[in-house]
Amino acid sequence: MIIQFICRAILLGVPLLYGSTGEIITEKSGHLNLGIPGIMYTGAISGVVGSFLYENSCGNDIANMNPLLAIIIPFFCAIIGSVLMGLIYSFLTVTLHANQNVTGLAITTLGIGLGNFLGASLINITDSELPSIALTKTSSFFSAKLPFADDLGWFGELFLSHDFLTYLAIIIAFITAIVLNRTRVGLNLRAVGENPATADAAGINVTRYKYLATCIGSAVAGLGGLQYVMAYASGVWSNNAFGDRGWMAIALVIFALWKPSMAIVGSFVFGALCNANNYIQGLGTETQELFKMLPYIVTIIVLIITSMRKKREHQPPQGLGLPYFREER
Amino acid sequence: MSKQPAIQLKNITKVFGKVIANKNVNLTAYRGEILSILGENGSGKTTLMNMISGIYFPDEGQIFIDGEEAVIASPKDAFTYKIGMIHQHFKLVDVFSAAENIVLGLNDGKYNLKESTAKIKDISEQYGFELEPEKKIYTMSVSEKQTVEIIKVLYRGADILILDEPTAVLTPQETEKLFAILRRMRDDGKCIIIITHKLHEVLSLSDKVAVLRKGEYVGTVNTAETNETELTEMMVGKKISLNIQRDEPIAPQDRLCVKNISCVDRIGTTVLDNISFTAKSGEILGIAGIAGSGQRELLESIAGLQQLTSGEITYHDPKTNKVENLRDKTPMQIRNLGVRLSFVPEDRLGMGLVGNMDIVDNMMLRSYRKGFSMFLERKKPKDLAEHIIDDLEVVTPSASTPVRRLSGGNVQKVLVGREIASSPTVLMAAYPVRGLDINSSYMIYNLLNEQKKKGVAVIFVGEDLDVLLELCDKIMVIGSGRITGIVDGRTATKEEIGLLMTKTAHDEEVNNG
Amino acid sequence: MAKDKIIKSTREPLFHVVKRDDLAWWQAWGIRVVTILFSFVIVGLLCVLVADKSFGDSFDIMFTGVFGRLFEGNTTMLWKYLQEIAILLSLSLALTPAFKMKFWNCGAEGQALMGGLATIICMLEFGDKLSYGTLVTVIVITSIVAGAIWGLIPAIFKALFNTNETLFTLMMNYIATQIIAYYVYIKGGGSNVINPVEYGNFPTIGGNDYFVNIVTVAVITVVMYIYLKFSKQGYEISVVGESQNTARYIGINVKKVIIRTMLISGALCGVTGMLLVAGKDHSINVNSVGGQGFTAILMSWLGQFNPFIMVVMTAIVVFLRLGVAKVADTALLNSSYSEIMVGIVILMLVGCEFFIHYAIKFKHKKEVA
Repeated sequence: MIIQFICRAILLGVPLLYGSTGEIITEKSGHLNLGIPGIMYTGAISGVVGSFLYENSCGNDIANMNPLLAIIIPFFCAIIGSVLMGLIYSFLTVTLHANQNVTGLAITTLGIGLGNFLGASLINITDSELPSIALTKTSSFFSAKLPFADDLGWFGELFLSHDFLTYLAIIIAFITAIVLNRTRVGLNLRAVGENPATADAAGINVTRYKYLATCIGSAVAGLGGLQYVMAYASGVWSNNAFGDRGWMAIALVIFALWKPSMAIVGSFVFGALCNANNYIQGLGTETQELFKMLPYIVTIIVLIITSMRKKREHQPPQGLGLPYFREER
Repeated sequence: MSKQPAIQLKNITKVFGKVIANKNVNLTAYRGEILSILGENGSGKTTLMNMISGIYFPDEGQIFIDGEEAVIASPKDAFTYKIGMIHQHFKLVDVFSAAENIVLGLNDGKYNLKESTAKIKDISEQYGFELEPEKKIYTMSVSEKQTVEIIKVLYRGADILILDEPTAVLTPQETEKLFAILRRMRDDGKCIIIITHKLHEVLSLSDKVAVLRKGEYVGTVNTAETNETELTEMMVGKKISLNIQRDEPIAPQDRLCVKNISCVDRIGTTVLDNISFTAKSGEILGIAGIAGSGQRELLESIAGLQQLTSGEITYHDPKTNKVENLRDKTPMQIRNLGVRLSFVPEDRLGMGLVGNMDIVDNMMLRSYRKGFSMFLERKKPKDLAEHIIDDLEVVTPSASTPVRRLSGGNVQKVLVGREIASSPTVLMAAYPVRGLDINSSYMIYNLLNEQKKKGVAVIFVGEDLDVLLELCDKIMVIGSGRITGIVDGRTATKEEIGLLMTKTAHDEEVNNG
Repeated sequence: MAKDKIIKSTREPLFHVVKRDDLAWWQAWGIRVVTILFSFVIVGLLCVLVADKSFGDSFDIMFTGVFGRLFEGNTTMLWKYLQEIAILLSLSLALTPAFKMKFWNCGAEGQALMGGLATIICMLEFGDKLSYGTLVTVIVITSIVAGAIWGLIPAIFKALFNTNETLFTLMMNYIATQIIAYYVYIKGGGSNVINPVEYGNFPTIGGNDYFVNIVTVAVITVVMYIYLKFSKQGYEISVVGESQNTARYIGINVKKVIIRTMLISGALCGVTGMLLVAGKDHSINVNSVGGQGFTAILMSWLGQFNPFIMVVMTAIVVFLRLGVAKVADTALLNSSYSEIMVGIVILMLVGCEFFIHYAIKFKHKKEVA
């Protein structure tokens, strides 16, 4: 029961982990990307489209499908789709100095529109009865477990039974933490987010770092969308099912105090909170709805506490949300 | 001269919008020499140096490094030419350590903070710096931050060093230390360029002096062959004895009494320490001191914008003869007491005015609350705006132009004009002529004198000692938040005030062991 | 000696970007209008490409899709169009004072939902107990209070601890959503639907269901314009938004202004929720506001905080939303296509601001002998 609860929490937390790791990378460059919900949605639908095309080209027969291609095609589709959105965002906010909040929200509008349009179109093509599209074959490749996981009892279930995108999420978060804190690239990136004028004076190409951070962050976030469809939802896409995960990923960044390693813990805590309502005995459906508020209330509390404590290291990057123009006087 | 110039500028021009910052500037600097760039505030010194360090790109002209034409499009390019600039506003990342800041942006193989720290220690020893490489910038003093900046460019192997007003924020002792280091670097064969407007520093430190005036190059002289008078003449164009008028105060009365006030800043450092003085009607009280010695906090305390830890501030009403306590009152409450306190803050567009609002709306800042209507009354502010534009010769397309588009002098006229319009009994002005041309400056002096004649108690925070000595009746000198002396403006000498300014700094040194 | 380095960096920047502020208002609006026209051309072309209609046909379908058979005297579609504008505009207006103060209220969605919730509770609980007049009064008061409270909570923390309001208000949206879900579940008997309630509905005037909504929003538009431009409180909002330092310097109580402005902003969102429930749906669900709270943020910003420009902006966006949906419909595409178009148009408008605030200068180097 507890093992199952934790596993479920991890499964729910992984899209958030991708989203928040991506957003941390972006915010470290000084850009508050409110387009993350749209970008994750785009990543998800791009993966769905990729795998849909591949499944069709194999005659919808799992025997014809190459496991490697079945994974690689949606994987790269998701990355390409989300990076394209990230590029639009960075072009507007970095090159054209547009307001970050407004651009981000517009990207979210665009991304969700795109996702719903493509999703509904695919549903149309399949002539499905249900308002959803099932890519269970691709999903089966994505959620393949380690073969010996089942033999190892609770240990196996807890640590080895997850889909590979879950491990990838944790690996990416750790790599991000190492890059940010232990490498020159990370130092430069943090400088760009804290004080772009200083970074510029130090000879760092601020524009390039902002573009790269936003696009890489978008790619990572897009994978969160993919993980949601392929592993969490077992390959079933239906419009708007992704819900508010994108916004929660942004909230998680604050919860994690801009530290990717904290985001790992945070995402699983959020996953647990989202899921707590199903595991508390004797809750009616209506009370469950109220319990679903938990992650949001926790986020607000964290938000308030960090703003009250004002510890210098726990504050957002100082240049967050501000456009940078070298010749500004 | 057979020596190859390290850096040579030819006909450099830079224009910002309609303002010409530099016009056809020529300049030459050699290795093993310290060159001072001398000029008044706003003469284009910093802009010029920013073009050498890649922050700005010249609109016209050429830069030669070691005899070859160079294109410096970014700070990175500047590094390739071994040019390092220490800006007046430090370009450091607060949450980083000194070492992290020093290696920032470098690309010299493996990223290894330990090795870098060792190298930093070597450089420190070579030139005699004192620095803890692991210390975070936001916990550092100004002088420590400057040290980080200098080591940063040395670490990169810079041999052309540009320092923008390096002594503005330093105590005399720190300044001496810095100069010793700079001389050592010169002897090491580096080319050092120092921007300043302090004559005595120019004379004591540099080998050559280049003078800029209103964005134009005036000439270069050898320090050994010149003197203060000649340099001043080059700087201001023709010899100007200031000749600011000063009348005897008429029947001075106590207007504002400040008694033993102290206050601390956000991180708990004492910024005002037991300050007491009295501002009298019909007098101009000058406040002198090194920048950042507590001048801003003092004026803000009086205006009700600072929380005091102790002391009291009382106001003597000339009409009712009542004595009002101003401590712990908000600006609104002070106004409601009938205290007519006007305040021209140092940060004109960030505090005194709203840059994006037009002149009329800026006039309303002080008066919009008047009356019981919930709507604004724009007629009177409009009249006032037009009145000020006419009287003070504000150059503006119209009264509905956003003030951010006006030049510095005109912005200041709008601000001072508004503050005077409310016929104050106390007028406080912080650096009211900073960045202004000579004509505008004189207009401001005249306005202050007019107020004095009307019986207003004027408090004037200034940086130019000559102005303070010619304008003020009394001069209060503060250092590190403490009063180091109050002297008579008519009898005091520049040396005397200079000594008082540095006195606390010295005491501080002794106290800290 | 340094020759190789010099060669490495001897590159002339092709052009550089400079800030400008000498653009007359008509030039700035010229750029915006051209952008809007250009984006319409793009929308048309995309319809040609994806929906396989000719360019002219696409716009023809859009017009009939939005206005119906207006020229034959049938105004039903027009009223629907106006009603859609009214709701989006009302939310945009509600957000404007907050944005002008540089308070990023991203919580219009939740504030409107809470207003709607108050309305539906009144309709269900007191519908058969109070007279119509009293009921409507109670509805108006409670919905305003509910929206205002939802706006007040983040404002208090912003004022006291400078808590990030963007994320705070966002989270408040989802809390509101869950409260609605809870309430709908109870009242809908587990069906996720509350059947339309007959009590407390706004009256049909002149045979028109939406008359009250449209007129209310029209009045709010004018009042908001006057409030922002001519009232003392509106002036205080501008000062706080431009510079909190200046505000303190002249003795404005910044905390008070933040809280007061967010009360107004939340209250107006609450009113919008009321209009949605009592004036349109007569019911509520978690999607009642349907993301318009976010679109409203964009509208308020693109409208330069000017209510009348916001009318134009919302009219354009709603036109695209309804019109392109119609094109998609006739081409057997799904209606989400219009969301993409709205996204593209907004992004283009956001981007065009660059050309208003900056100029690109090409390098013109004069050789010096």
